[in-house]
Amino acid sequence: MRRIRVVIAKPGLDGHDRGAKVIARSLRDAGMEVIYTGLRQTPEQIVEAALQEDADAIGVSILSGAHNHVCPRMMALLAEKGARDVLVVVGGIIPDADIPRLREIGIEGVFQPGTSMQTIVDFITTHVRADARPPADAS
Amino acid sequence: MAVASKPAPAATGAKAASGAPPEDVRPLYGPADLAGLDYVHDLNDPGGFPYTRGIHASGYGGKLWTMRQFSGFGTPEETNRRYRELLAAGGTGLSVAFDLPTLMGRDPDDPLSRGEVGKCGVSVASLPDMERLFDGIALENVTTSMTINAPAAMIFAMYLVVAERQGADWSRLSGTLQNDILKEYIAQKEYIYPPRPSMRLVTDVFAFCAEQAPRWNTISVSGYHIREAGATALQELAFTLRDGIEYVQYGVDAGLDVDRFVPRISFFFNAHNRFFEEIAKYRAARKLWAHVMRERFGARDERAWKLRFHAQTAGVSLTAQQPYNNVVRTAVQALAAVLGGANSLHTNALDEALGLPTREAALLALRTQQVIAHESGVPAAVDPLGGSFFVETLTRELEAGACEYMDKIDALGGMVPAIEAGYPQREIANSAYRTQQAIETGEQTVVGVNQHVDETPPALETLYIDESAAERQSERLARTKETRDPRGVERTLDALRRNATGEGNLMPPLLEAVRAHATLGEMCAALRDVWGEYEEAPSV
Repeated sequence: MRRIRVVIAKPGLDGHDRGAKVIARSLRDAGMEVIYTGLRQTPEQIVEAALQEDADAIGVSILSGAHNHVCPRMMALLAEKGARDVLVVVGGIIPDADIPRLREIGIEGVFQPGTSMQTIVDFITTHVRADARPPADAS
Repeated sequence: MAVASKPAPAATGAKAASGAPPEDVRPLYGPADLAGLDYVHDLNDPGGFPYTRGIHASGYGGKLWTMRQFSGFGTPEETNRRYRELLAAGGTGLSVAFDLPTLMGRDPDDPLSRGEVGKCGVSVASLPDMERLFDGIALENVTTSMTINAPAAMIFAMYLVVAERQGADWSRLSGTLQNDILKEYIAQKEYIYPPRPSMRLVTDVFAFCAEQAPRWNTISVSGYHIREAGATALQELAFTLRDGIEYVQYGVDAGLDVDRFVPRISFFFNAHNRFFEEIAKYRAARKLWAHVMRERFGARDERAWKLRFHAQTAGVSLTAQQPYNNVVRTAVQALAAVLGGANSLHTNALDEALGLPTREAALLALRTQQVIAHESGVPAAVDPLGGSFFVETLTRELEAGACEYMDKIDALGGMVPAIEAGYPQREIANSAYRTQQAIETGEQTVVGVNQHVDETPPALETLYIDESAAERQSERLARTKETRDPRGVERTLDALRRNATGEGNLMPPLLEAVRAHATLGEMCAALRDVWGEYEEAPSV
């Protein structure tokens, strides 16, 4: 059976990649196929990677406050490419005040510091497009 | 977001109480643990080689640590106001936090800067910005620490020109440039150029300051970011000291005299949760550095043997959940730094897992230090834990472990080759992952996160940085570019490029470029033309 494919990316100028790397490993340990893009990816590069890899989900790690620029651009690009069904989740230092706006543009999961890895694994497993989800008994 | 699934509760008892894994710490230590320890050789009185107990004979009796609160956000004017408040509130030094575009050598109008201007620190793109940042602050009378690495030489050149215009004497300036590029490749990843030309910028600052700004700390060799990236205390200690050795070796190879440039090398460590281990880490660091400098490099000036360090409480230990708990964590960590003999200290604010600190939160963080300094009585005796069976054992264990790591890096050919091989990066990523797993399973307790959880969202106002700083900084940059002499800028940038292909010190051409109002982005681009950019292969 095909595994859930996730692109983990670190957009913007920030280089603090502890979170991105720990999450990439945790998703891999949970049986997902993980593609880590590395640092300083533009929204264009991230969407391109997701399409090329036929990813079911994109996870971006942002600690710098750049989410209000990066996320809308990424969502617009996904829509443009007809890839609205790719699940997008964001983790990092995201002020509460910004969360409603991120949800509005279609980012379903927003994870602030202290979220357990299991919470993120469960969220992705239950929210990716239906044909990518593992059968109920296997999860 | 609330933690939905609560992991199994951790075992209680000694392990949970000390926050230490059980294999590391026993419940009791005694005289047998200190067998072979020689007081004069291993510890000595404070002020005596190898300075395990401190570099000053009188400890904090002569002078308390500098309370240096790191801050910066938005435009230079906004940050200037915060600095004046901190100085008025009894802060004794400034510490500049730059935004990410500045840290990466990009101007506010660079496409890559979009969404990041003024967010994590203050935006400084050219000399007029630097002048506004220190408006009304006499640079001869304050000590300023600047957290800047890849473009450290360019930012320092701006600072020097501001001082020059204030009529200050460079030889009287005192402060610190972080200027530690190695830990950027290892941990924080804010690099521009490949390691070798970057090391040249560092040693050029060493050489320049030895001649022109002898009271300036030319580098702050930093374990802080290494620890924040997930390293253990031991890895923080070992990689930081090995970085220090690498810088000294490059300085020696560039023909500098250790007794002249090493006394201006300072260090920067994390103050994390495991109280006694942190204290032992600072003590071991002083001892190791003294020996390395005297024996490995043959330094004869005792100032070269003495490790001076700044400490900052652990940002990574702060939680978004129950943020008031962070005040307590920070107080405990700050106490460890003081007991370990920190020469200056930054205490984090309670709201920093949520955003940049508000004015009130920043002030409470400073008050935390003031309570330790003036109410607890802790600074009265030097190294009050010296001789503790437990602390001395930890100190010896950390020292031995660090030596092993340093030998390994020596065997790889030094820190630059070790970085190129990805060795410290891998070690740190593995530790970060193990820590996360320990928190997931409940083996390691985080109060309010995996134990004593409360789903009530925090009622805390946070500082919100909007996009207005970006607009103002871009407008201002446009004005700077309109009012300068473009030919003067081109001429100085050409001189910079020419110098970079040759061997001369890069500080003089950088100073000329700053005086001509070349922007940070332009200076960094000129050197990128010559040296190229560093890219790390992504690995998990």
